[in-house]
Amino acid sequence: MTQPINPDLQVQGQLSDNERLKKDSHLLRGTITKDLKDEITGGFNGDNFMLIRFHGMYQQDDRDIRPERAQQKLEPLHNVMLRARMPGGIITPEQWLAIDEFAADNTLYGSIRLTTRQTFQFHGVLKPKIKGMHQMLNSIGIDSIATAGDVNRNVLCTSNPVESVLHQQAYEWAAKISEHLLPKTRAYAEIWLDEEKVETTEVEPVLGETYLPRKFKTTVVIPPQNDVDVHANDLNFVAIAENGQLIGFNVLVGGGLAMTHGDKGTYPRKAEDFGFIGLEHVLAVAEHVVTVQRDYGDRVNRKNAKTKYTIDRIGVETFKAEVEKRVGVKFQPSRPYEFTGRGDRFGWVEGIDGKHHLTVFIENGRILDYPGKTLKTGVAEIARIHKGDFRMTANQNLIIAGVAAEDKTRIEALARQHGLINDSVTEQRKNSMACVSLPTCPLAMAEAERYLPTLVTHVEALLSKHGVPDDHIILRVVGCPNGCGRAMLAEAGLVGRGPGKYNLYLGGNTQGTRIPKLYLDNVAEAEILQALDGLIGRWVLERQSGECFGDFVVRVGVVAEVKVSKTDFHA
Amino acid sequence: MLLASLAAQASPLSAQQIKDLQSLVSQLNPIQQAWVSGYLAAAAQLAGGLSAAPVQQTNESAVLTILYGSQTGNAKAVATKVKAAAEQQGIAVKLADIGSYKTTALAKEKYLLIVTSTYGEGEPPESAVAFHKFLFSKKAPKLDGLKYAVLGLGDTSYEFFCKTAIDFDEQLAALGAKRLHARADLDVDYAAQAASWTEAAVLAFAPELKQETGSAQVIAWPGATATASHDSAYTKETPYSAELSVNQKITGRDSTKDVRHIEISLVDSGITYQPGDALGVYFLNDTKAVDAILTATGLDGTTEVQLAGQTLALKTALTEQLELTQSYPSFVEKYAQATANSELLELVKDKAALRQYLDSRQTLDVILQNPAPLTAQQLVDSLRKQQPRLYSIASSQAEVGDEVHLTVGVVRYDAFGETHLGGASGFLAERLEEGSQVKVFVEHNDNFRLPDHETPVIMIGPGTGIAPFRAFLQERDQAGATGQNWLFFGNPHFTQDFLYQVELQDYLKRGVLSKLDVAFSRDQAQKVYVQDKLRVKAEEIWTWLQQGAYLYICGDGNKMAKDVHQALLDIAQQQGGFSVEQAEQYFDDLRQAKRYQKDVY
Repeated sequence: MTQPINPDLQVQGQLSDNERLKKDSHLLRGTITKDLKDEITGGFNGDNFMLIRFHGMYQQDDRDIRPERAQQKLEPLHNVMLRARMPGGIITPEQWLAIDEFAADNTLYGSIRLTTRQTFQFHGVLKPKIKGMHQMLNSIGIDSIATAGDVNRNVLCTSNPVESVLHQQAYEWAAKISEHLLPKTRAYAEIWLDEEKVETTEVEPVLGETYLPRKFKTTVVIPPQNDVDVHANDLNFVAIAENGQLIGFNVLVGGGLAMTHGDKGTYPRKAEDFGFIGLEHVLAVAEHVVTVQRDYGDRVNRKNAKTKYTIDRIGVETFKAEVEKRVGVKFQPSRPYEFTGRGDRFGWVEGIDGKHHLTVFIENGRILDYPGKTLKTGVAEIARIHKGDFRMTANQNLIIAGVAAEDKTRIEALARQHGLINDSVTEQRKNSMACVSLPTCPLAMAEAERYLPTLVTHVEALLSKHGVPDDHIILRVVGCPNGCGRAMLAEAGLVGRGPGKYNLYLGGNTQGTRIPKLYLDNVAEAEILQALDGLIGRWVLERQSGECFGDFVVRVGVVAEVKVSKTDFHA
Repeated sequence: MLLASLAAQASPLSAQQIKDLQSLVSQLNPIQQAWVSGYLAAAAQLAGGLSAAPVQQTNESAVLTILYGSQTGNAKAVATKVKAAAEQQGIAVKLADIGSYKTTALAKEKYLLIVTSTYGEGEPPESAVAFHKFLFSKKAPKLDGLKYAVLGLGDTSYEFFCKTAIDFDEQLAALGAKRLHARADLDVDYAAQAASWTEAAVLAFAPELKQETGSAQVIAWPGATATASHDSAYTKETPYSAELSVNQKITGRDSTKDVRHIEISLVDSGITYQPGDALGVYFLNDTKAVDAILTATGLDGTTEVQLAGQTLALKTALTEQLELTQSYPSFVEKYAQATANSELLELVKDKAALRQYLDSRQTLDVILQNPAPLTAQQLVDSLRKQQPRLYSIASSQAEVGDEVHLTVGVVRYDAFGETHLGGASGFLAERLEEGSQVKVFVEHNDNFRLPDHETPVIMIGPGTGIAPFRAFLQERDQAGATGQNWLFFGNPHFTQDFLYQVELQDYLKRGVLSKLDVAFSRDQAQKVYVQDKLRVKAEEIWTWLQQGAYLYICGDGNKMAKDVHQALLDIAQQQGGFSVEQAEQYFDDLRQAKRYQKDVY
């Protein structure tokens, strides 16, 4: 299904090196198999370093001990992080027990990390353990295909166990979209699962042999929750229901939060509303938003390669018209919907199907046994008796879903015993989030996950000081400007600049529909807290009824509102 | 004139001779080169031509042949002194490394004196293995016409004390030779007894040899004297006080091993060494251990004691001169007598029990666990003098100039509620600060040398056994040697114990290392060792050996070297179609040809 290409809409010039390596990779194979046999290094060589990302892994090392190991004449402690593909974040107790055991026995950090993309990550897997890891996952029906790299990544779906019928329908679409947009190469099966090479002429009908210009993120969202943060994603399907039944989606295209410090040609941007489509066109629309981006995304400058820049360069209407042309349908006018919030509903809720669901707060999404807080043991203990499933949320929390009324007591007892339920956790802490960052993320410039608990404690103190201990500000800390922790949709977002130094952005809102703006540049904790102290004080005194912190700072002009990112964000 | 440009010049040498000369000279340090230059000039004058044969013709039968089997240089040093003493008596002497002695000459030999050490579990030092085998083989000749004496050097802390000397002594007698002077088996503090034995032994030989020759004739053996010439002014007796410049742990933070990369400055010392040599290191004992001993014995550290003709304070003697870490039976016996400790006295009667007792104890443990009053002099007399520890040098001067690098495994273990440290390794790793002084000397080892630049080498060096191979690689890298280099390395864990990983990766990338095979024993359920990796690469190893590769093993002699040897025998049988005997013979021949060299401990 080759589409006619309009060269005027393409960026001409010397293609980036990533384009060469994708083309040379023989559909993502490279020489990964050879590297797996190389016993002299724990890392991957040359192109393979990038290619393993398409298989859901990043090569990382323990950055805390990098200088120490250099002195020891040892290479960095190379390992991989694996990110599983779990559309909608649903995982069964059997699957959970298997990954729980693997994390304990075969990873350097021993943890299961829930992420903002509704999946789990293993951190610190040494090279000799990688194949066994994929085979273990495969044996329980999980893979990590295309959870990183220039492809469509794990597809998110709102965690709404209450609207069980609607959620089930939306979730099925998330899974179908994920499957439809997957790479078709057999490289994953051959390399990791030792499946035989089949003599076929492989093609990538959707993604193409050089895949996408850049990463691509998709969600299925069920209003009024915006837990998945649609504006952080390239492609979003906003569920529209009638009488509790899914009838179609509004399609939002071109959101994305990544930027590069010091490069004003990069900026976080909200998604554009293309309009409504019926269910019969979902896969075709998904496919062709991808193919338009595939054909017209910038393959020369990777910093401008994402869908949001393609839309700003060729125009919303051009992009949309091209999708309509390729699918052969017109988008209908958007159906009305409203987002009211992004947080998870902690504690027990009862679904319309009479099942009960317990959402537990996992600070930083890091499931590990801590002194007095044996989270990992607790989840495993629950998995051993749980008859429903688990749902990983886009806020890095965990839902124990589908509990029969008679099992509630036992499950709650286990959750309390292992610190999974802690009534003293404040709203502020529940509404704070950080990416992984140091010590494993190679991109990190400053601490995030390891710093967040302390920062939240400081912010809690400020709220108490100003007499509003039960209020909260959506607070997000990220180690670099690449967007994993979605700080560019926070009311107060810290973006790492260097050790102990952050940019402070203010002015997002609770619904996640406004990009915040730079307030302080490259500052340390003391200045950040001093600024927040003053602003929280003003907010408490001057806010209008129900006005959130982000709305307040924009209304009174602490920061200017970012309406059009391209022009306003850096203004 | 540079040798490299020699070929282009008009010279009386053939191309092959130039190549041989270049090959030889490339292995010599400046002092050796100077000596060779002088030697050749003198030889040319005397003989009117170039010859490595004895300078003067003599009656072979009237010569005392002195052979030394030396692992650490001690036996060689003693043998050299025997030679000097014999010459003093007007005896003609031939001194040679037992490893280079042609066993076929033994049948014609009339006077033989052997000085040999023993290592590991009663095995001959590497250079004496072939001779030892020959003596016990069917090929060993009748030796009715031979008169001999054997001196053994050993360490009573090992079970098979002086076993090799005993073997030689008894087997020579069994073959019909006549023992002219009784064997002595000397412990590590051998100096005084070695001198008295030498004197007596030489007197035993003197009447017959003087009679036969009539006059003294000195036969110069290049091999023997050349060795002496590259000794620097600093020796075991007169070590150089060097500065520790780097003490860097090179195992990861989660390693069960603590291995240090040590750099010592030799600046201005004039000390030279070659890859393959070892560095002798003297150390100071831990003052905490010394204080504990003083407390346990109720002695005053300032008490004056006599030690090797010196008068010094007890504390100084304990700290600087005496052995407090390596334990050995004779101490227990002397200490038991001095303190009238009946339990210990009982223990020393049972050798096996004593050995077991000492397995887990350092000398200082014996004292601390048996505290008793004795005089300061009794204590000193029951302890033996500290022996320097020898470390294979891990650097080449071609690369590091006037530094010397070591790879030191720190001996550290908990016992009896205390952390125990090895004497020298504890000193280097924990007590000696960078910038402080350490007494060192070079112990040359001509039995562990690189071949010419073109010859491929296979190096097997797990653990700290990698040390000399780092020196080899530096040397070959700097020389631009074209011979291929293949290294086998092993240790418990890849992430923690891959010694010099980054350097080896770089050598591999640059092609200095042609191949690198690693065995990390504890990274998988089934333990994998270097010998397993050798077996995996059997065919290729065999090809390399057929192509003339030299084979080197460094590291643990008790287990690893034997397992590796067995793997090599298996490879020769499997790949070469040899019988067990043929395989043994094959490696004996390699050893004889200096193509199979070991530095094991």
